Amino acid sequence: MATTFTKIASITVGLGGTSSIDFTSIPQTYTDLVLKTSVRTGRGTVNDALAVKLNSSTTGYSSREVTYDNGNVPSYTDLFGAGYNLNTQGNGTTSNTFSNQEIYIPNYTGSAHKSFSSESVVENNGSDARVEIMASLWSNTSPITSIILSSYTGNGLLQHSTATLYGISNS
Amino acid sequence: MTTLNKVVVDCSTGEETIIPLTAEEITQMEADALAFAAQQEEADQAAAALAALKASAKAKLIAGAPLTAEEADTLVI
Repeated sequence: MATTFTKIASITVGLGGTSSIDFTSIPQTYTDLVLKTSVRTGRGTVNDALAVKLNSSTTGYSSREVTYDNGNVPSYTDLFGAGYNLNTQGNGTTSNTFSNQEIYIPNYTGSAHKSFSSESVVENNGSDARVEIMASLWSNTSPITSIILSSYTGNGLLQHSTATLYGISNS
Repeated sequence: MTTLNKVVVDCSTGEETIIPLTAEEITQMEADALAFAAQQEEADQAAAALAALKASAKAKLIAGAPLTAEEADTLVI
């Protein structure tokens, strides 16, 4: 049972945007990690994909997702041979709005494969928007020491996007 | 397009730095974008094929015509 929720680090993207947000040298002193993000990318569409690389790795990820997409019925999809990503918001949405994501990574310091969950939602005053939840696995035994966030389509993260990493301890 | 740099925070010290991307990182970013586009194309084609099968199955059901095994699979779990 988690008893603490400690902010490890937080980044707010400045003027001009950035290609990625990198959390490095993540302390190995917590039990779980939680990453909360508020993101808008430079892609000129409603939806984009937020690439998440654990220890800079682009391989070993698999996921199942439930998506509510643009008012359509939920869908269940296998994902991502080329890396892990979750839905985020492009620059074709209502001005000054940002998508939100949360990723929960339990037992990130362990030597077992890493299972984790995530959820995301796009904010848009229009006919298109998306919300999704995902259950994922990173088939890698290394402790997680870094996390990189970027636009999967290479369009960058816009100014005022934020990412905050929290550590959770079980004692 | 935003600036080709990255914001790095060292979680052990809290130090935040902005660093230009290396040539390797730019290459990786471009490869990621291509992989995403290919994945999206594959997903779109699969979704279109499934929708076509469902439409065909529905039309045949209404008309009382026999379904193919593929069409039946879209209706029966």
